[in-house]
Formats: sequence, structure tokens, C-alpha cells
Amino acid sequence: MTTASADAHGHHGDHGHDHPEHLAHHFDTLEQQFDSCKLGMWAFLLTEVLFFSGLFVAYATLRANNPEIFSLAASFLDTKWGAINTVVLLVSSFTAAMSVRNAQLGETSKLKRNLLITLVCAGAFMCIKYVEYSHKYHVGLLPPGMEHSMFNPETPYIPHGDHTGEYLELQAHTADMTPAERVHTMTTLGRFFGVYFFLTGLHGVHVLIGMGVIGWVLMRANRGEFGPDNFTAVDLVALYWHLVDLVWIFLFPLLYLIH
Amino acid sequence: MTEHAHDSHDDHHGLGHVLPVKLLAGVLGALIFLTLLTVLTGTTYLYGFDLAVALLIATTKATLVCVIFMHLKWDKGFHAFAFIGSVLFVGVFLAYTLTDTKQYQDQIRDYAADTAIDSPFAQPLPDPPADHHHAAGEEHAAGEEHAEGDEDNH
Amino acid sequence: MTTTTPDVHYLNHEKGFKSWFWTLDHKRLGVMYMWSVIAAFILGGIFALLVRMELMEPNGYVLENAALYGFSDKLSAADLYNHFFTLHGAIMVFLVIIPGIPAALGNFALPMMLGAKDVAYPKLNRFSYHLWLTGAIFFVMALVTKGLDTGWTFYAPYSTSHSDSAVIWATMGAFILGFSSIFTGLNMLVTIHKMRPDGMTWFKMPLFIWAIYATAVIQILATPVIGIALLMLTVERTLGVGIFDPALGGDPVLFEHIFWFYSHPAVYVMILPAMGVVSELIANFSRKPIFGYRSIAFSSVAIAIFSFIVWGHHMFVSGQSDIVNVVFSALTFSVAVPSAIKVFNWVATLYKGSISLDTPMWYALSVIWLFGIGGLTGLWLGTLGTDIHLHDTYFVVAHFHFVMVGSAIFSFIGGIFYWWPKMFGVMYSEGISKLGCAIAFIGFNMTFLPQFVAGSHGMPRRYFDYDPQFEVYNYWSSIGAMVLGVGLSIALYALVRSLMGERKPAPANPWGAVTLDWQCTSPPPPHNFDHAPPVDGPYDHELVRWNDELNGYEPVDPVDGDPNLARMGSAKTV
Repeated sequence: MTTASADAHGHHGDHGHDHPEHLAHHFDTLEQQFDSCKLGMWAFLLTEVLFFSGLFVAYATLRANNPEIFSLAASFLDTKWGAINTVVLLVSSFTAAMSVRNAQLGETSKLKRNLLITLVCAGAFMCIKYVEYSHKYHVGLLPPGMEHSMFNPETPYIPHGDHTGEYLELQAHTADMTPAERVHTMTTLGRFFGVYFFLTGLHGVHVLIGMGVIGWVLMRANRGEFGPDNFTAVDLVALYWHLVDLVWIFLFPLLYLIH
Repeated sequence: MTEHAHDSHDDHHGLGHVLPVKLLAGVLGALIFLTLLTVLTGTTYLYGFDLAVALLIATTKATLVCVIFMHLKWDKGFHAFAFIGSVLFVGVFLAYTLTDTKQYQDQIRDYAADTAIDSPFAQPLPDPPADHHHAAGEEHAAGEEHAEGDEDNH
Repeated sequence: MTTTTPDVHYLNHEKGFKSWFWTLDHKRLGVMYMWSVIAAFILGGIFALLVRMELMEPNGYVLENAALYGFSDKLSAADLYNHFFTLHGAIMVFLVIIPGIPAALGNFALPMMLGAKDVAYPKLNRFSYHLWLTGAIFFVMALVTKGLDTGWTFYAPYSTSHSDSAVIWATMGAFILGFSSIFTGLNMLVTIHKMRPDGMTWFKMPLFIWAIYATAVIQILATPVIGIALLMLTVERTLGVGIFDPALGGDPVLFEHIFWFYSHPAVYVMILPAMGVVSELIANFSRKPIFGYRSIAFSSVAIAIFSFIVWGHHMFVSGQSDIVNVVFSALTFSVAVPSAIKVFNWVATLYKGSISLDTPMWYALSVIWLFGIGGLTGLWLGTLGTDIHLHDTYFVVAHFHFVMVGSAIFSFIGGIFYWWPKMFGVMYSEGISKLGCAIAFIGFNMTFLPQFVAGSHGMPRRYFDYDPQFEVYNYWSSIGAMVLGVGLSIALYALVRSLMGERKPAPANPWGAVTLDWQCTSPPPPHNFDHAPPVDGPYDHELVRWNDELNGYEPVDPVDGDPNLARMGSAKTV
């Protein structure tokens, strides 16, 4: 999206003349250019909403048909980390909104500070995700097709040493089930973790892309490019970042808070 | 700084609306409060309304982000219309698919029950090896190999 | 004054490979899209001919000579057939029809129709084209590595767990092409919203623009869903997330839901712009304002919206539940209404029109016939009861070829013939072009009408061999395919020939159209217009008149200093 040529030019300078400095040749006015960029970004956000929808559909059908297994599965996710990550993203969304304001008012130093906080929060989010992922990897809570997964239907992985907590819980929980029930429980749990990793992974990729574009805007802010007439890039990146936040706002209760 | 926000609207070629800091901070406060609330309601038994309450809170949070942080309240009406439209399409997508999968779950369960016997999960889950330096057994051997190769496999 | 080609125009103002590859000019991108799509069409066409060769008689050529091709037995030879029809379908859908009109003709003509200098995001536009090329490379990689045998629909669990062909190359290719399509749609949507000149209200836009607008809505809202479906499929195949594969507890019908949530609207990504082209052609070659302008415009938008709520009619026999089947079947009929509105309006426009039968009009008239058949047979398939019988038979194959090829591709070719003089500043030989159209039309009907019969008698699609009772239909179908191939080759020859040897320069306005794309020179200057041209109704044909010397049309009341610009305002509006 940021390839829109319109926002790719220079320092803010004089305007109101025949052809302002950061107005691309094929637009007539700055307003037309700004509106076009905004509309394009919103159209892209619609695309993102629909892009995630496929996974939400997979999640919803799985959950609607197996509510009891979902509450079991969610007990293996750490609500504390999920809640902390939610707050981290909310704060970053706030600083992103603030940086739009700073850019609009031409407050360059505040703009740089707020963009930096946004970037740091995004990094913190990814670090916390790494902690969660590596724990799940060690205890074998992985998608069923993976070798290291305790739900692998060919050769289930059996954790050992310090990593048996979740496994023992599951062993006790399924001990008295009929074979069919146990198979159903284990395969459905596997699919839950498939969906969990896919949803959070795809969201994580969006966070990484977001870090890239925030870093890019920060670099341009360092060069003092933004001001009252030229804040489109900050605005668009902030819109994208809010969407990343929106997705997480739904992922958090849907994945971590089930019982 | 916060006070001239509305005036500055016209100074900027109508390009955008500047939001006051107080409003943004207020929204952040509300969002964090709602996060704590959803943790609270999410860990309490709500007589089967858990999901509804969780989604209600999430939707409220999402609305706040859209309307204030994303400037929808002051933006072109078309953007809000399009965004709501896309959410409606997602709703259609979900509604049909959910209605449908609910209908044929029994068949899937029957199939699963018939084929369950071939699964390793038909047997109770075996005990994990007590100590991975001494215990024997096929699964364990496999496990040890993975433990050593953790980083590589990642 | 005789017709001459301007000295400097968008084709020659910069030279060299780089000036084309890194261009930001929507016209150059449109032309490159067109040639790329034609190349992909030839590749997909070769696979189509291979399919028809194999089916010409029972126990076809490759089967019969399995040993000659190094196959140990007939069954492994038969697997080659799976690759033929899969690659035919995948290439034609993802590389040809979906980008065909919106990306090639849309890019070329739409900004000019709006009197704009370019699309809203020229760099994004170039990026879309580069994505198209990348996607095409992925498809070629699938082709040269292990081929592809899943069918273009990539149904799970065969594609996720069983096929050993190059599924990931193909799904990732389609994923990339999807984003190419999304960015094109996004660009068109913003361009239409924000770049219209003063005076061009929504209801003074040419109908082609309405059609591209409706298409853009679908591209933006539906295409990401195929993106995620194919990504899920790829991840399922590599990591085994267990969403689709029943061996891991997954639900293969879910894949079909997610796949068709996009792929049904995608059908309208193919047909809506085609309808837009036909609307332009019918109005301009009848020299009459189009009948029912607003109803055609609204029907485009209605089709775009309805397209999202009918996807389940592809899944009547998939194991989808009865309730959903009934609902989808009922809703499917709703699409017939706006589609029929368009056809009736075209026919009503012809009535008492001053019809000139130039080549583009031949294609437009063919489309009315072919879309009529394609559309009406769609109703049989939307009806739950008959669909159970006809599902997955050659009836379906014939139906969607009438729509996808007979309507979309014929419109695409008609559009190429229509805008060719503007693109390259040359006129083609009407005789050869009409011959090509006539042969292609006959060949097309010969190929696919027998397939309706074979299908209704129960011949299943995608089979490498068949019962001898179907031989006569398949024989004529295969002959027809070759005739169709000959006809399309003649059409291509007519176009290429016009560029070779002694060129016949095209006037600025050879067809007497009054949309703005005809109000600059042929070929257009690099930036189209110095100032936005004056705007009035897109079908006020009395604003231009024939000029023998020009061998084309000229404005009745030209704007000073520009003999191509017509002064507007005198004519009544639509």
C-alpha cells in the first residue's frame, strides 16, 4: 500500500501554488491526493478483514462443533501473557494515533518519540509471542502434522523431563474416556493448536510487516519530512497498525478466554 | 495544544482532523479497562453467556478503535460504510458455513468413531518417560532425539 | 486533412526494455498485460487442445500409445490427462480470464475514459503487473517441475495430503496472482472514486467503468479469501494443521466453503467487465444511447453483491447440508435477474439503432448469443433437483465455457479489436478479422453444444476416458475445438498483421464513440490530456460526425485548438 507514489515525495514546503512539491503529477489538488490515499488504504483494510475471515471461519466452525474441547484447549494457553500482549498492543495503537496528531501539527520530536514507542511495543509483543511459542514447542502442543506434536496421529510425541505438565494433565483428563472419545479429544485439540498457531502466526506476520513500515515512517520522520501538509504516510501506517490491533482484540478473548 | 484541535481542521486544507490528546488518552484508558473486564468475565462462569459477553466487550473495544483511533467519526462516511459492509460479508460467510457444518457433524463423528481404532489415541496416553537419561522405549528414543534437535527443528 | 499518426506518443516517447518494464504509464502496463495474457491464453489453449485430442475417441491417443511415451501402463498415462485439464483450467482462470479485461483493457482505457492522466496509484499498478509476472513464473515452475493434477479447484484432502504434483508452486502462484488482482481492483476503485473529471457524475460514467467498479468491489472483498484459502491449504500441506484433512480430524467441506466464497464471486470478476465491454460496443455500434443506462449500471452492482451469497451452488453434492442447499439454490436465481436485465437492454439498444457491423460488433453480437445460452443453462444448474443429475458432468463444463469463454473471452477479444486502433494507432483488416470471428464462433458452438448433450446423458467431467456411447459428441467437440483454435489464430493474425508492413493509420475516433478515451490522438500522448476534457453523457453520438477525409469521426463542435475534443453541453444528457 505504501507504494502509493503520492506520498513518496519530499520535504514539506510551500503550497497553494500551481503544483505543490509533494503533489504527484496525475492529481490536481493535495486534497484529491490525500483522499485517494485514504480511500485506497481503507480498501486495503477491507481486504485484510476478509483475508483473516477465512481463518475465523475455520475457528468458528471448529469451536461451534466442539465447545467442550475448546475450553480444555484454552486452559493450556496463558491468559496472563495474552492480557499483557493485549495491553502492549493497545498502548502501541494509542501512540500510533498520537503520532498522526504529532505529524498533523508538525511536532517532529514528539512524532519520533511516539513512533519509537509504537515500534518498541510491537517488538515487545513479538518477544512475548516467542516466549509463548517456545513453551508450546517444548511441551508438544503443536499442529498435528508436525513431528514434535503430541497430537501427531502417526507417532505422537511424548514430552519428558521438565516439559510433561500439560501432557500429564491431558493424560489424566482422557484416562477414563472411551477410545472414540479420546481419539476425538486428541485430534480436535490438535486442530485447535493448528488454528491457534495459524491465526496468531498470521497476525504475527502482520505485526512484523507493521514494524517494517513503522520503521520506514520513523526514518522519514527523522529526516523531518512530515508536517501539516504531508502526513499521509503516518496516517496510513497508523490505520494499518490499528487494524493489526483490531484483529488481536478479537483473537485474545477467542483464544485465551474460553471455558 | 489540545484546544485548537478543532480550529486547525480548516487550516489544513481539510486534509484531516486533529484529535485532542485527552480524547486519545481517554480511549486508551477505556480500552485497558475493557481488557481487564474481559479477563475478569472470561475467568468467571457466566451461565453460558461467556462467548456473548466476550464478543460484546471485544466489539466495543473494536468500535472505539475504529471510531476514534482510526478517525472514522470524522472521516468520509463512505469509509465507514465500506468497513461495516465488509464486516457484514464476513457475517454472511460465518453464518452460512456454521449452519452447514452443524448439520453434518454427526456424519463426521460416525466416520471418526469407525476409524478410531486405528489411532494411537485409542489407547490411554502412555506415561512419559520418568527421566530422559535412563528410560527406554521407542517413543522415548524419539523424544530424546527431538529434545536434542529442538533448535534445529525450529 | 488525412489521418496521420502523431510523432510523439506513449509507445515511442521512451525506448528500450527498461522503459517498458519499469514504466508507470497505465497505457503501457495495459498493453503489457494484454500481450502477457495472450501468451498465457496460448499456453492454456494448448492444454485445451491436448485435452480434446485425448477425448476425441474412446481410449484416446496417449492412452493407446502409453508405452510410446514411456508409461508403464495406461493408468499412469491417464494421470497425464489430469495434468492437462488442471493446467488448462488453472492457467485460464488465474492467468487469463481474471486479469484479462480488468487489468489489460481496464488499465489501458479506464483512466482515459475518465479524462485522467493516470490511475490513482501508478506504482501500485506496476507492482500488480510484476506480481502477475511472478505468479506466472510460479505456474511455469509448477508446470516444469512435477505438473499439477488437482484440478484448478485444489480440493482437499487430495491436494493437501495425496497429490504428489507441484501443488505448492501452483497455490502460491495463485496466491500471488490474487494479490495482483486485489491491487488492480483497489487501484480502479480509487481511480473511479477520486479521479473523475468535473462534470462526470456517477451517472455520466461510461458503463464499462461501472462494470470495472463492480468488479473492483468483488476483487477487494472476495479475492483475499482465496488468498487465505490457498495459504491454509499450503500450510496444511507443509505443517499439517488439520483444518481440512479428515485424517487429522479436519473438514474438507470447509475448504470448499472457503474456496467458493471467493471463487464464485471470481466468476463475476470474469464476466462483469465483459458485460461492460459489450455495453460499450452495443451502444457505440448501434449509434444510439444505451437503453436503460441506470438499470445496467445498477445491475452490475447488484450482481457484485449477489455474488457473495450464492457460492454454495457449487457444493450441492459435496456433503453440504440440505438446509443450506435449499437456501443457496433459491438465492442463486436472484443473480439471473440483473444478468437478464443487461441482455434485454442490449437487445433493446439494437432495436432501431443505426448498426454498423464492424469487427468488435461481431464479437458483441456473438456474446449476446453465447451468454444467452451460458446464462440460461446456469439456471438448470442452480435448480437443486436438476443439478444433482447434472453435477460434475459435461453439462457443467459446457455451461461455464459458454460463460467464461463464450462471454468473457469473446468480449475480451472484442474489446481488443475495439481499442486496438487507440492502442497502436493502426487499423486492422476488417475482412480477416471478421473471418476469424466467424470461424471462432462456429468452432465454439461446435465444441460446446455437443457437450451439453453428452453431459445430460451422464458423461462425467475430468475423466480420461469414456463409454463408447459418448463418442459422437466428443468427436464433434474435438473437431470444434480445432476450428475454434483456427478462428482465434486468424484473429491474432489479423491483429499482428496490422502492425507489420504497410500500416494503415487509425483516426482518433474510428468508431464514433463519444467516451473520453476517443478524444485524444491514436495512439494517445504520454499523459493523455493536457487538461481534463469537457464531459457530457457518454452515449451522445450526435456530438460527433463522420469525416471521409479522416476516415473517422470528428467533433461537430470542436474545442478551440484541439480537433479531437468535442464541445459538450449542447446534447441532452442520458
